[in-house]
Amino acid sequence: MLTTARDLFRYNREFRIGALLTGFIVAFAALSLVSPYPPQDTFVVPPDVPPSFAYWFGTTSRGQDVFWQLTFAIRNTMSFGFAVAILSRLISIAIGMWSGYKGGLVDRVLMSINDTFIVIPLFPLLVLFYFVMRDNMSWPLLALAMACLGWSYDARLIRSIAMSLKSREFTQQSVFSGMRTSEIVLQEHLPYVLPIVFYTTMNNMNWSIGLEVTLSVLGFTNIDTPTIGVMIYWANQHTAMVAGIWWWIFFPVLFVVILFIGLFLLAISMNEYIDPRSRLARMGMRA
Amino acid sequence: MSAAGRSPLIEVEHVGMTYAIGGLFRRRAVRAVDDVSFRVEAGSPEILAIIGESGSGKTTLARMILNLATPTDGAIRFLGADLTGVRSNRERTAFMRQVQPIFQNPFEAFNPLKRVDHYLYFSARRFAAARGRADIETRTDKALQQVGLSLAEVKGRFPHELSGGQLQRIAIARALISAPSLIIADEPVSMVDASLRMSIVNLFKTLRDELGVSIVYITHDLATAYYISDRVLIMQRGKAVESGNARAVLDHPQHPYSVLLKNAVLSPDDVDKPIARPGTSRDSADSSPAIAPSNRE
Amino acid sequence: MSAAGPPALANEGARPHQGAGGAERRFGRSAAGPDRVLTVRDLRAYYRTNHFGISREVRAVDGVSLHVDRDEIYGLAGESSCGKTTLIKTIVRAIRPPLDIVGGSVTFNFGDRDLDIHALVQNELEAVRWRHLSYILQGSMNVLNPVRRVRQSFVDFAFRHIRKPFPEFLRLIESHLDRVRLAPAVLDAYPHELSGGMRQRVTIALATVCRPDFIVADEPTTALDVVVQKDVLSMLREIQREIRSSMILVTHDIGVHANLTDRLGIMYAGRLVEEGRTADVIRNPRHPYTTHLVTSLPRIGDLTPKRGLEGVPPNLAAPPAGCRFHPRCPLAIATCSAEAPPMVDVDTGHRVACWVTAPPTASMPPQ
Repeated sequence: MLTTARDLFRYNREFRIGALLTGFIVAFAALSLVSPYPPQDTFVVPPDVPPSFAYWFGTTSRGQDVFWQLTFAIRNTMSFGFAVAILSRLISIAIGMWSGYKGGLVDRVLMSINDTFIVIPLFPLLVLFYFVMRDNMSWPLLALAMACLGWSYDARLIRSIAMSLKSREFTQQSVFSGMRTSEIVLQEHLPYVLPIVFYTTMNNMNWSIGLEVTLSVLGFTNIDTPTIGVMIYWANQHTAMVAGIWWWIFFPVLFVVILFIGLFLLAISMNEYIDPRSRLARMGMRA
Repeated sequence: MSAAGRSPLIEVEHVGMTYAIGGLFRRRAVRAVDDVSFRVEAGSPEILAIIGESGSGKTTLARMILNLATPTDGAIRFLGADLTGVRSNRERTAFMRQVQPIFQNPFEAFNPLKRVDHYLYFSARRFAAARGRADIETRTDKALQQVGLSLAEVKGRFPHELSGGQLQRIAIARALISAPSLIIADEPVSMVDASLRMSIVNLFKTLRDELGVSIVYITHDLATAYYISDRVLIMQRGKAVESGNARAVLDHPQHPYSVLLKNAVLSPDDVDKPIARPGTSRDSADSSPAIAPSNRE
Repeated sequence: MSAAGPPALANEGARPHQGAGGAERRFGRSAAGPDRVLTVRDLRAYYRTNHFGISREVRAVDGVSLHVDRDEIYGLAGESSCGKTTLIKTIVRAIRPPLDIVGGSVTFNFGDRDLDIHALVQNELEAVRWRHLSYILQGSMNVLNPVRRVRQSFVDFAFRHIRKPFPEFLRLIESHLDRVRLAPAVLDAYPHELSGGMRQRVTIALATVCRPDFIVADEPTTALDVVVQKDVLSMLREIQREIRSSMILVTHDIGVHANLTDRLGIMYAGRLVEEGRTADVIRNPRHPYTTHLVTSLPRIGDLTPKRGLEGVPPNLAAPPAGCRFHPRCPLAIATCSAEAPPMVDVDTGHRVACWVTAPPTASMPPQ
């Protein structure tokens, strides 16, 4: 796996740029560990100071240093997106592969459930969720809710791969070698599914981050914890754009855009990898 | 000569398979296999060739014998026990220990992303009751030796590193690990290069003569069927049209379809009398009305 | 990445038109007699890939020379990884990276002048394709557009070349279809509505409707049933006889060659190892590989034991040195692993490349 990453980095331009951008964001988020100001404190620095030598990204109307706020914001946003992506991958792999391999009634039932989830309008549902939970709303809870809503597209994708693998002759050979269903699915089929899973993970992260930003900007999340969306929310509350405090909105947006582009490039750089022919050609190279 | 009183290894009795195709309003019944019966006796290993073209039902029949599909009519019995009764894991394992498949495409029969030896290891563990690394490797090596390879040559290799002939031999070795009494080979050499083909075909002979394994050899190639099989069964559109001793049937076919098949075979010896030469106005070989294309269109 | 631009092609000495300028090179006077439709000279075509820093060069065609005369069916036999499909691609100029022509030439002569197919510009190539040079491919679905009716395929391929008004063009197509024993109703069908044999006959009709001078057929009947195959092949021969085109027929099936082709070339690992009249090559094979191919095939009525060939097919990325067959050859001697044998005439029109069975002598210059 490491040699794969190394090769991709060296020879695939999209992967290289994507990895650098994402790596930059991760490093920036790591800075939050050495932040001089606790994230939720306000009025610790003079408010409304434009970007300068003392305050690189300026300060907010609430007296917070944008630079250090941003480290927390991007860290929270990223970990949120990551958590949602991982949780929903687990669900979509489990359902997709089981449904694809078993077929028959199991498949029909699971796919009916799946399709129901696809057509549910997510945004109103999440807003409703907020209104129901209100003060009990926390980030883990929101992550869980979104994970439970974000698995359905990819489950179908994985299911179609599982179905096509089932009909291939090596699956029959595995059956007649005495392998159990679980062994076949995990050992024979999963390697085909994993590259797609990686691609969908990046996609899913972008989707969940986008949704989080949307919800937070509108105030439908816990607005005490700094995330990108929450920063923009507060900026709107203080009418930052009208007041001319452009740096309060500009830097969060810039960083989330960088994160998006980085993740997107990582996702599409895997396209070359996912294509079975190029994988086999590469394997031939190593031999 | 069958041992008196023993159940036949495989008994196919008036077996049929009907598919329904078409949409909601125009469903049609297609008889993929239609009233086929034959048996392979236990105790006297033989090679039975099932010969047919595409659409003859031979692959469907193979799948039914392997218990991958259930016949809609008739019954298939293995050592006296009906195959539909094989349901539990234990019964299925016992069945697979005795009956093993060889597939047509050696490159598809192995997962391109995994090493070829792991199928052998699994078979050794499940069917040969091998325990521990050393035991598993010994069994695997023994099976590979029987097909003219060795574990040292094969260990750790991926399918794309090997030729079609080698892969097919490894597939045969894998099938042999459980010491089966019956191997169902579905077009095992049609995708293997001509220069390597005969070594696989000769291997089947060895399996029958030295290891006592019966083989159901499914093919469309009459020449190799003539070369190694003891009996043949010729199928057309799901029906068995002729069967009997291989040499007798193929030297002097009786059924019109068998005659047609035999005449359609192109052989290097035809260089003395090819199907069309300058000067002949119409080809004499396709005079049979059964294949005149204008009838079907 | 592979080299961009037209490959450098050697200008062989025999041609009288050597001069400056591309036009001169393309349309020279025919030097090899008017009966030669295709001349391939010392063709080399390699696949060059560069994946993650590892570059590989697969020598799919490595020095092949052959010629096809008018009204002749030339058969090309060989197994997987012998290079015959690459040779065909090179002949019809279906070259795309990573495939690259490294040396040699492919020259056609359709009656008036020599054409170097790789030096033609796009509109010249379009004028040649289908009108003078057409192909029959293995999968008929590779040729017929699955979402258009059969008639549309004819229009797409042939209308441009048959300069007639449309109704007359349609009548021509229908009479041509009759020649392959297909009803005109076939024109209205979609390809998937026809059987495999019918589709292949449509493909043959498509390839021959413009009465081309040269047809390339790549495994035209391999995917068909034995009974249908014989039908289709005899039809192919009939049409060829009628329109008097030349043909290269590529298939691994020696039985097909015995029935259809006039001359036969055997390829192994990117090189021609034997070539001659089909009857000569099959009755008296001289190269050990040919001998094995011909004798190891089982035949009905023959119970003599047959053997498979030892060893594995060659790896074209790292082929054996010298004669590429030597690791598997029962007759190999020391020279075989050191130097590649030249093609030597052993009989009229029958040539072989083998140190042991056809050693070159001073009086017989290699062809």
